[in-house]
Amino acid sequence: MSTPDTRETAGPGVETSAITAAALALGDDALVLSHRLGEWAGSAPVLEEEVALANIALDLLGQARILLSLVGDEDELAYLREERSFRNAQLVEQPNGDFAHTIARQLYFSTYQHLLYGQLAAGDGPFAGLAAKAVKEVAYHQDHAEHWTLRLGDGTPESHDRMQRACDTLWRYTGELFQPVDGLDLDHTAMESAWLDSVTAVLTKATLTVPTGPRTGAWAAGAGRQGLHTESFGRMLAEMQHLHRSHPGATW
Amino acid sequence: MTSDSWPLWEVFVRSRRGLSHTHAGSLHAPDAEMALRNARDLYTRRSEGVSIWVVPSTEITASSPDEKDPFFEPSADKPYRHPTFYEIPEGVKHL
Amino acid sequence: MTAVTAGTTGTTGAPGVSDTAVAATQAAYEAVFDAAVAADERIEPRDWMPEAYRASLVRQIAQHAHSEIIGMQPEANWITRAPSLRRKAILMAKVQDEAGHGLYLYSAAETLGTSRDELLDKLHSGRQKYSSIFNYPTLTWADVGAIGWLVDGAAITNQVPLCRCSYGPYARAMVRVCKEESFHQRQGYEALLALSNGTEAQHAMAQDAVDRWWWPSLMMFGPPDDESTHTAQAMAWKIKRHTNDELRQRFVDIAVPQAEALGLTLPDPDLRWNEERGHYDFGPIDWTEFWDVLKGNGPCNDQRLSRRRQAHEDGAWVREAAAAYAEKHTGKHGEAQA
Repeated sequence: MSTPDTRETAGPGVETSAITAAALALGDDALVLSHRLGEWAGSAPVLEEEVALANIALDLLGQARILLSLVGDEDELAYLREERSFRNAQLVEQPNGDFAHTIARQLYFSTYQHLLYGQLAAGDGPFAGLAAKAVKEVAYHQDHAEHWTLRLGDGTPESHDRMQRACDTLWRYTGELFQPVDGLDLDHTAMESAWLDSVTAVLTKATLTVPTGPRTGAWAAGAGRQGLHTESFGRMLAEMQHLHRSHPGATW
Repeated sequence: MTSDSWPLWEVFVRSRRGLSHTHAGSLHAPDAEMALRNARDLYTRRSEGVSIWVVPSTEITASSPDEKDPFFEPSADKPYRHPTFYEIPEGVKHL
Repeated sequence: MTAVTAGTTGTTGAPGVSDTAVAATQAAYEAVFDAAVAADERIEPRDWMPEAYRASLVRQIAQHAHSEIIGMQPEANWITRAPSLRRKAILMAKVQDEAGHGLYLYSAAETLGTSRDELLDKLHSGRQKYSSIFNYPTLTWADVGAIGWLVDGAAITNQVPLCRCSYGPYARAMVRVCKEESFHQRQGYEALLALSNGTEAQHAMAQDAVDRWWWPSLMMFGPPDDESTHTAQAMAWKIKRHTNDELRQRFVDIAVPQAEALGLTLPDPDLRWNEERGHYDFGPIDWTEFWDVLKGNGPCNDQRLSRRRQAHEDGAWVREAAAAYAEKHTGKHGEAQA
């Protein structure tokens, strides 16, 4: 884990760009995860879950649009940036996999996001207003993920295995979430330990083993926030951006 | 019933304070907790409600449909009129 | 109950009742049912109803529900490629609504004594149909607009009268569906308008989509009245309120001026206002294509059905897990299935 970069003393210009950087990081998280959840449309395990996943995706897309609009034009940012300019954590770009992978990703991320927006909403920073609304949405996402984690973990032997595998696979992407982000004045250490407590409690209740592997990749720590992503992300962006880019300057 | 089918729940929604819960429809869910959440997503996604009840469909006892009309009375308690009353072995067709 | 007499064969047979009595009771039930329909009253799930009425409703509601969920596919095809975040949010909400509408309709069908599992099974095995329109592919982004404007427009024309259908749960489901669907057509029209007023390439994309979707949309109203097997009985029962041709004409009359306002043309050289009839005349529909697609030879029949089956099969372990969990933790699962 790198040392926190404290730049709030560096003057108004830098502060603005720090806030912009934070909005971009949080906005990209929401944008990318919303996109991944949108890929489920028409393929959910049961119709009721189509509706639930779409609700979460729509909440996230709403958050993304507000956050990106703080930085610039939402569509330019979403459609015209290259892969290396995205600041989302690597966790949210991970492919859907089976339903267990999607739920594990949701559990890890929504638990983090709930803590994050909870802290932001309680403060008086530039994101307090947005966070106050988002924290309610995210509480529901977390609730959804926890209920499914219990059912998959403590359901059938097959679902247990799948859920365990998903939790193990995605574990290494969770450390990055607690790297300090410019422009967010948060107690990351406290957030991380609250996150560990919460996730441990859910996994244990779900009869799952809390993964023991490293929580960051060995080759880089928190690479997504620095614009270093995983292979499948480029393909996701190619699909997301191709139509917009095929018609430069067009309005839709 | 196969192992992957979920029971049916009836959903009642209070659209705003001061009104009683009204039947909104039904849905499938494995248990009450999930039924409530599915109901929230399905029947109140346009802010149609402030409170939800879910009840297993099989737990509802109904009076005869039209009590002022004796003609209807005998049919109400005859679930055996309905095809789903009968367990048919899997693979049997054209029934 | 005492004195059980020899086995009764009548469908309403009760122990101790002679066949004549059964027939008389049956006739009395039928008279009450007919009177209720004639008086425009709603038939409710536990009312007596003719078996053919029940079967006809199950067929129609199931087909309608299947159409909603198969109909998610051609539009979901563009969620990941929607060209702006605003359009993406709209499209996701719309596809979500379709899942919701499928659920309302399966719920209505279940009040008739047919479970969703049974209906899905019939869909997956091809024994029940869904609207043939969804067997056409969405090739460009403009198809999303054309579906909203034309396909949803045709669907709404069909569905609004169903809000007064004689069967209560179906009518109520349709009220909800129609209320929610009002945005679907508008968003499609708006999306097409943006394309039509956009760059040359965008305009061409919009025109191409309308050219491809116009005729299939007209086919959505079903075969001409003289070839429609279900119409007469369905109208007598007030399940249906207007004939296929009436609704089709209504749709054409509405769509033509809308196309003009869009700045797009409709691919029918015979389309012109008929002063005498007070309606637009339109050219002959290629019913060979209609029957062909219905029989399974449309461009996407196999694809749509296999995708649906795949999703259902892939989800089986998830549904099983939740059922197993419920059994372990509430012990209620079995009871609830009585």
